[in-house]
Amino acid sequence: MTAPLPDPMLPERYRVQRVSREIPDTFTLELEPEEGGDIPQFATGQFNMLYIFGVGEIPISISGDPAKRKPLVHTTRAVGTVSKAMRDLKPNDIIGVRGPFGSHWPIKQAEGKDIVIAAGGIGLAPLRSVMYHIISQREKYGKTVLLYGARTPTDILYRRELEHWRAHFDLEVYVTVDRATGSWKGSVGVVTRLIPRAPFDPQNTVAMVCGPEIMMRFTGAELEKRGVAQENIYVSMERNMKCAVGFCGHCQYGPNFVCKDGPVFQFSQIQGLLSKWEI
Amino acid sequence: MQTLEPILAEHPFFKGLKPEYLQLVTGCASNVRFNTGTYIFREGDEASQFYLIRHGKVALEIFAAQHGPITIETIEAGEVLGWSWIFPPYRWHFSGHVFEPTRAIALDGKCLRAKGEENHDLGYELMKRVAQIMMDRLQATRLRLLDIYSDLPGGRL
Repeated sequence: MTAPLPDPMLPERYRVQRVSREIPDTFTLELEPEEGGDIPQFATGQFNMLYIFGVGEIPISISGDPAKRKPLVHTTRAVGTVSKAMRDLKPNDIIGVRGPFGSHWPIKQAEGKDIVIAAGGIGLAPLRSVMYHIISQREKYGKTVLLYGARTPTDILYRRELEHWRAHFDLEVYVTVDRATGSWKGSVGVVTRLIPRAPFDPQNTVAMVCGPEIMMRFTGAELEKRGVAQENIYVSMERNMKCAVGFCGHCQYGPNFVCKDGPVFQFSQIQGLLSKWEI
Repeated sequence: MQTLEPILAEHPFFKGLKPEYLQLVTGCASNVRFNTGTYIFREGDEASQFYLIRHGKVALEIFAAQHGPITIETIEAGEVLGWSWIFPPYRWHFSGHVFEPTRAIALDGKCLRAKGEENHDLGYELMKRVAQIMMDRLQATRLRLLDIYSDLPGGRL
């Protein structure tokens, strides 16, 4: 007799191991199952529903290493009631977790190709797991370029990891800010301006893009201008997800449910929807 | 003697330019390099040249009292530094501060303007290329004006 599948609507109890502040409004949660054991296997780009008992539940992308069996890692911004309550969690607090849900980044299809990872703001979090995967299996991928844009130098997420990745001789890491402050001597300008100068072969590239929708729209267009085919560009969408399994319709986006058909989409699937006022 | 023509032909700004125009343009070009910390030009100075950046990083700065220099944007390899040479009164709007050792091709603006006046096809070709850069920078500036990473209601824009 086969064991029944776990109910996707029923949260599992997880214990908070650590809450670390990344930048002023952004923090990382490290969680472990209360009963012990490993976290469920996840694919890069998937998300979980995190539930603060008595407050609410929100979707957050997984930003940890997919090869590690624990902890479960999420980075998010404290912007709403639930995420602000999450920021105030303490070690040993218990929260509910459902997931992982949704589609994933095309890391298998990208093998043997050049990789462009383009992230804006907190959009780097869902792409960090891709970086971990590529670094651990470096021989399977061609040139790998990370393009990251932040608002100001103090808003640069995972700064230490970015410096660590930049030190890899086989990774190209470009960071730019929209507004220079202090003694910043790095690049200044929007992230799309990094694309023309990034070293990759557009005919043999898979691009993964995550950030504010407008950023993804312009980044997709700039990648196409450089010669990357639309079907080789992937973006991660964000909508108000509730059930996370395609029942409730809260996250409907044209003919798609972002929770079930996404959050990772081929750019060609959704490009026409990005500028639609009605959606 | 090797000329700068092949280097100019490879730079995105002159990519696809007819060989006869490239030859004309090469007569106005020279190789230059700048050390970190130096200023290539200062706001208000005469804009007699522009630069095709080959390597390095130059910041466009504006000086504000009580704030000091503010970086507007950086211009890097493959990009073009300066368009004030083509429009009167031919004065730099910003200062060009070298952030990283920079190698570039300098193009004499007066020389190019004279050649563009003599040969309007070349002048139109140059104007189209400068206009393209201006449009790209305008679009990038508009994106920055949206402040897409700010803490807006609902999180991401």
